[in-house]
Amino acid sequence: MATTPKRKRGTTRADNQASSDDLLKYYREMLLIRRFEEKAGQLYGMGLIGGFCHLYIGQEAVVVGMQAAVTGDDGVITSYRDHGHMLACGMDPAGVMAELTGREGGYSRGKGGSMHMFSKEKNFYGGHGIVGGQVPLGTGIAFNYKYRGQDRVCLTYLGDGAVNQGQVYESFNMAALWKLPVVYCIENNQYAMGTSAQRHSASPDLYQRGAAYGIPGEQVDGMDVLAVKEAGERAVAHCREGKGPYILELKTYRYRGHSMSDPAKYRTKDELDKMRKEHDPIDMVKKLLIDGNIIDEAGLKDIDKDVKAEVAKAAEFAQNSPEPDVSELFTDILIDA
Amino acid sequence: MPIEVLMPALSPTMTEGTLAKWTVKEGDTVASGDVIAEIETDKATMEVEAVDEGTIGKIVIAEGTENVAVNAVIAYILEEDEDASALDNVSASSAPKAEAAPAEAKEEEKAPASSASAAPVAASGAIERAEQDPRAMSVMNATQDEKTYTSFKTQTVREALRDAMAEEMRTDENVYVMGEEVAQYQGAYKVTQGLLDEFGDRRVVDTPITEYGFTGMATGAAFMGLKPVVEFMTFNFAMQAIDHIINSAAKTLYMSGGQLGCPIVFRGPNGAAARVGAQHSQCYASWYAHCPGLKVIAPWSAADAKGLLKAAIRDPNPVVFLENEILYGQSFEVPDDDDFVLPIGQAKIEREGTDVTIVAFSIMVGKALKAAEQLAEQGISAEVINLRTIRPLDVNTIVRSVMKTNRLVTCEEGWHFAGIGAEIASVIMEHAFDYLDAPVARVTGEDVPMPYAANLEVLALPQEQHIVDAAKAVCYR
Repeated sequence: MATTPKRKRGTTRADNQASSDDLLKYYREMLLIRRFEEKAGQLYGMGLIGGFCHLYIGQEAVVVGMQAAVTGDDGVITSYRDHGHMLACGMDPAGVMAELTGREGGYSRGKGGSMHMFSKEKNFYGGHGIVGGQVPLGTGIAFNYKYRGQDRVCLTYLGDGAVNQGQVYESFNMAALWKLPVVYCIENNQYAMGTSAQRHSASPDLYQRGAAYGIPGEQVDGMDVLAVKEAGERAVAHCREGKGPYILELKTYRYRGHSMSDPAKYRTKDELDKMRKEHDPIDMVKKLLIDGNIIDEAGLKDIDKDVKAEVAKAAEFAQNSPEPDVSELFTDILIDA
Repeated sequence: MPIEVLMPALSPTMTEGTLAKWTVKEGDTVASGDVIAEIETDKATMEVEAVDEGTIGKIVIAEGTENVAVNAVIAYILEEDEDASALDNVSASSAPKAEAAPAEAKEEEKAPASSASAAPVAASGAIERAEQDPRAMSVMNATQDEKTYTSFKTQTVREALRDAMAEEMRTDENVYVMGEEVAQYQGAYKVTQGLLDEFGDRRVVDTPITEYGFTGMATGAAFMGLKPVVEFMTFNFAMQAIDHIINSAAKTLYMSGGQLGCPIVFRGPNGAAARVGAQHSQCYASWYAHCPGLKVIAPWSAADAKGLLKAAIRDPNPVVFLENEILYGQSFEVPDDDDFVLPIGQAKIEREGTDVTIVAFSIMVGKALKAAEQLAEQGISAEVINLRTIRPLDVNTIVRSVMKTNRLVTCEEGWHFAGIGAEIASVIMEHAFDYLDAPVARVTGEDVPMPYAANLEVLALPQEQHIVDAAKAVCYR
């Protein structure tokens, strides 16, 4: 594989890459994230979820495509827009939703919230609230894999806002220097909160941000789950061959505001409508499924119902699970030595 | 049953808003994600999306209505197999059903007793209460006597630190050392001398000058069960990395509900060296001691350094280990025993006395002991406590001593405002107020950035004479 910044791939369509079963799987996983997030938005509106709540609607193809490129043994770490990553890692939607409502049944027993959830079992390492903070942490997870001689890769997600943090480049440098198995997945949803990429980045090509360190990078259509999977496989293979880190810039779009309280006035309605109508990641797979005669409308409706029922169950659990016992206030501060 | 569309909150503090506009009308079909209305508060305008699909059966709140309560029903959506008759039962009581969210409605629950609610303490039972002090939390066997050793060797603090790391690296493959100049250069202050030769560059890792990055990396590795010993060339540079020390290392166990521990040691010289100016001369003890989720150690002697660094490496929690450059070359007696480990959270009475208690840590312990000699010549018997650990604090030992001497002087190089001395004064006020015969005196660095000029630097730092003067003052001598 070539060295420094690589091809810019607007569309890396790979129609024959996925089997029917794979396509159905991606469809269901993306739909689960979308329905989950819509429900989370609704519960937030009802006052059942507090604080910050950053929804992933629109970006589903990124995480579903990347998970299709790794095994369950590989690690995943991300920022605070993390619900989709957890569901894609196979974490229980009920446990995630119950954390959002701050209840005992949540992954962190209500002590983490929307931005701070973890599952050692699923190799998901958070859920971090300081923009860019997860990047050295994920690089450290990769350091650990190499130290132990394990054939594992850490997918380290960051947004287009985080790419301007200094610690990201400190991490790039050490990951390249020590050839650590880490894929930096830059989810470029084009807005760092309310500041568009044109206004926050001197160079718009974020896949080139590792150029100074010789880290190969490519730009991928992050609304196309198959393109993401294909690029993800290239990146992961690079890491597994011992060649060090790889950067993927996944061009995507969030339909909602930065967080629930963001009315997103910094972009036009036309821009959003165009993305939703022409580039929706779920519609794209839906079309492949219908056009390929893999499933009919009725079959899709069954999947939809099934997903809705799963989300409804999660929401019910999240509302009925009790708040953590008050004794929890003082637990998990230190491990008894 | 038709689906209720409720007035959403834009933020946890919003209680009502204006239903500015409907973008659908009764009879329209909607799908998940379709915008159906716009709402306004004084801060923002937001779109309301349908979460379910179906037909708009009834619009309950007309557009333009102000002060619509959060969670009031604003419309009904009919599901696929429903018609308008399904609305007969529900629309009668379409008045705002402003049910407050459970979190807000619930009365303040009574939290278990914490330091914030500590009641005033009467004279009796001071020791019992001191043992319960949350500052001392997790001190195991706080009154346990230090094991006695018969064989000793003379070592510098520098050698003791190196031996502690080497011994732990020999017994635990997961322990590794990382930092600037720790390997080939043998340590900027030669603390890691010889480690590269013995353990190789996999376990003794030279980093670029990139504190924020390598501290985050080591923290991530510690989440996975490795036990990094991160050397900061000085703690002044850890300012670049304090985000990961606090936000990542100290808080993740709590945020993960106990899933992700962080067995890591952050070590290096802290406080003033000699003539290195303001940016290289700060004491960070009170900065780190402020934070739950961290342990903070500040050794004085070589025995402290060895026994406590071994304990820190074995500890499953993040430990901030504050050394002192001036002490590196000083020699002390160290137990000659590979199993020599000191308990974290336990202070040591370095000199017994009856008239005044002097509490110190790190380099100030030496100055306090010298001050005690001077005081003895003047007929004042001073008890000198070497804190060794700042957090958790050995409240018990300090309280017992003050109950005996009735007077207390605290010493630290750092600034006085919100310093360690302030915390200890508070401990004594809470637990031994009635035993005090004089107000607590604090000996600290002067409230200025460290000057470079030799004469000014001496004036900025707390000296032996300040301790003597403070001790005499609290003894009214």
